[in-house]
Amino acid sequence: MHKDTSYEAVMNRRGEIMKKAVGIDYESFELGGVAFDYEQMMRKTGYSLEEVQKIQRSTGVGNTPLLELKNLTALARKFAPEGKGARIFIKDEASNPSGSYKARRASTSVYHAKKNGYKGVVAATSGNYGAAVASQASMHGLETIVIQECYDSRGIGQPEIIEKARKCEAYGAEVVQLTVGPELFYTFLTTLEDTGYFNASLYTPFGIAGVETLGYEISMDFRELEGKDPDAVICTNAGGGNLTGTARGLLKAGAENTRIIGASVDLSGLHMASDKEFNRKSFTTGHTGFGMPYATWPDRTDVPRSAARPLRYMDEYYLVSQGEVFFMTEALAQIEGLERGPAGNTSLAVAFSLAQNMDKDQTIVVQETEYTGAGKHLQPQLSFARENGVEILRGNPEEEVPGKNIILPSDPKQIKARPVDLDKMKTSYIKNTVKKNNIKEFTQDEINFLQEDSKLEKVRLEAILRELNVKY
Amino acid sequence: METIKKGSWVRVYAVVLKSTERSPNLPEDTKNVPLEMWNKGFLQEDAKIGDQVTIKTLTERIVEGKLLEENPTYTHSFGKFIPEILPIGRELKEILRGGDENA
Repeated sequence: MHKDTSYEAVMNRRGEIMKKAVGIDYESFELGGVAFDYEQMMRKTGYSLEEVQKIQRSTGVGNTPLLELKNLTALARKFAPEGKGARIFIKDEASNPSGSYKARRASTSVYHAKKNGYKGVVAATSGNYGAAVASQASMHGLETIVIQECYDSRGIGQPEIIEKARKCEAYGAEVVQLTVGPELFYTFLTTLEDTGYFNASLYTPFGIAGVETLGYEISMDFRELEGKDPDAVICTNAGGGNLTGTARGLLKAGAENTRIIGASVDLSGLHMASDKEFNRKSFTTGHTGFGMPYATWPDRTDVPRSAARPLRYMDEYYLVSQGEVFFMTEALAQIEGLERGPAGNTSLAVAFSLAQNMDKDQTIVVQETEYTGAGKHLQPQLSFARENGVEILRGNPEEEVPGKNIILPSDPKQIKARPVDLDKMKTSYIKNTVKKNNIKEFTQDEINFLQEDSKLEKVRLEAILRELNVKY
Repeated sequence: METIKKGSWVRVYAVVLKSTERSPNLPEDTKNVPLEMWNKGFLQEDAKIGDQVTIKTLTERIVEGKLLEENPTYTHSFGKFIPEILPIGRELKEILRGGDENA
């Protein structure tokens, strides 16, 4: 008998489909109400750091070079007050097999799929993750299907996403390309049901455990090089997994005093599910359109409980404009001799700004780079923006309006990372939890969970709950 | 029109959800258009461009759609030259060479 494949029927089967496709019994970590045991989930279903290191060594993932950006540091110091201008380092994650840190995230998922007898893996992603999954699957002899949100209703696709499709196909993956819309999830579910393949979700404990080695390596590299941990590590933040995994790895290394800083491209004002606005943005990841909603409501992903929970780890969060990131991408090529993809340089733009307020003897690490090429490069991305009516100019990046213009700074001193009010984000997270679950009262277990999950002070959490008229 | 032979590598197009079948929580502009899909595979029967066909994808799935293209080609590139980028490198090198460094 054929299964009902209507939108509603498939969405109603999502729990059952997911359970088969991920093989995790998420129920067993629930603590009642909104609470669940995050650490238990990571321990029971993820892999230990040692296991992940072994898996990654066997597929050529990780142990990427840590490079000191001496010229960019010198440039930042030109604009810094006396005694200021921290040394900037970068972890060259582009040297992973698929050209980005996502190889780490894919390595554990694909390994797990192979070990558990799945014939193939499916990933819903328009980003570097697709290529990472396809590359790892090739090494393990598994099939890959990548499902991308790629085109608007005119059939016009972001050059960056089209390049990523090519890269997936280069590794032998099947690429399903869709127009804009969250119903990508519907296609994802029918594909999982059709094939019986493994859901190589970005948000399982496998994926996040895979990123922990990145944070761990940064600490180890630094101790070898400088005899101490870095003062700050900056992670480009979208769905939260990059920051979560890196922070957990740093903590596992014992780097407890390293500040964990999130960085996103500011795309405020553009609706992520809008057909017309889809091609008016020039970044397809690392932006606020993912960064904000995923941090303030992590359990919106393709698994019941997301292992990516950035509010638990983030000490500070900064935004930069598209123009600032493109400018830094050009700077990295021109004065450091490293031509890398733009999206990965979001945290570099933030580092360049923050270094100017930190002492000269301090250190700041940009924890990733990504590959570049046709489509995925500032030249085609800006060309595409111009063709879609976005104005490209030199000027003051503060005046950039996402979707209307992209302003390449006329002077590097204009690059200023803008802080996000983390308390406001944490308050949103609590509000979302209350609203989505229609909560009138929290138990002590739930309060403890919320405090850990938001990293809020207890008094502040209680104040927020009083404002929301929630008993505790 | 030229017939494309069975077994050729082709690209197809299909509507996954009509606009009326889409999720209720969408912005107006997205709600008004269908959810569309493109995929590639080996053509399962001789056909002409625009015909409704079946393909076998790389993972050996059978997918139906409208035949768009034989031997689909990548056309993405480095785009049109953006002159605004050109001076950035020289400007930065000039600043680095310049005096009053606080290093």
